[in-house]
Amino acid sequence: MSRSSLLLRMELRSDPEMLCVVRNALGQLAATLGFSEPECRAVVLAVDEALTNIIRHAYLGDPEQPIEASFRRIHVPRDGGGNDALEIVLEDRGTAVNPKKMCGRALEDVRPGGLGLHFIRECMDTVEFSRSNGRNQLRLVKILHVQAPQKGS
Amino acid sequence: MQIAARHLDKTTIFDISGDIDLATSPQLRKALLRELRELKMPRVVLNLGAVRYIDSSGVASLVEGLKASRDVGSRFILYGLNKTIREVLQLSKLLKIFEIYDNEEQSVAT
Repeated sequence: MSRSSLLLRMELRSDPEMLCVVRNALGQLAATLGFSEPECRAVVLAVDEALTNIIRHAYLGDPEQPIEASFRRIHVPRDGGGNDALEIVLEDRGTAVNPKKMCGRALEDVRPGGLGLHFIRECMDTVEFSRSNGRNQLRLVKILHVQAPQKGS
Repeated sequence: MQIAARHLDKTTIFDISGDIDLATSPQLRKALLRELRELKMPRVVLNLGAVRYIDSSGVASLVEGLKASRDVGSRFILYGLNKTIREVLQLSKLLKIFEIYDNEEQSVAT
């Protein structure tokens, strides 16, 4: 990635009531960047599911814990060019994520639960988990396949 | 999210509006399980026409409702699915397990 610019940064509480606030802001941000309507819905769903996982699994439902979300426009180089993309990084200070539990589940098993990670992986181009200094970090990237609107146009 | 229940013969119709997410899905789950497990309504119909958004916790509530309906021998029907809900159910590969109709007439007629 050769360049990156911060578009939006949010600090929120791990309260489920905050999810709709993030969805609304992110939906508008994705549309402004030039993502199609289905892509906007996909990005919103992925981030909503990721925040839901933080609230439920990292913070065990405690609604008073901090979550940081940053949204950047990045450039992903590829042969002979590249694409702009939206990079989303979510950070929490909750329980360490067990990588073995980060593989989703078989969808043939019809039961409630376990769908969130599947949705995230289906909706985003890159999904990366890491942990350092007592913080879980989830990095999500969605490639922008059309030319982003130019400033002032 | 808002839920309003209507009773029609042996059918309960839930008119649901707004967003079904982690904050609201427990309310939906509770309403569905009460109607199916406690009241044992023969047919429970969900009008999803005014639902703007559903996430995996909302889908999980629908699956729980479906399972409860199978346990008690009731029918569990969805109608009025917009593009957003259809996409999420397709993504979950669960679209085909639900009995889905276009409108209320079809949902209560069969």
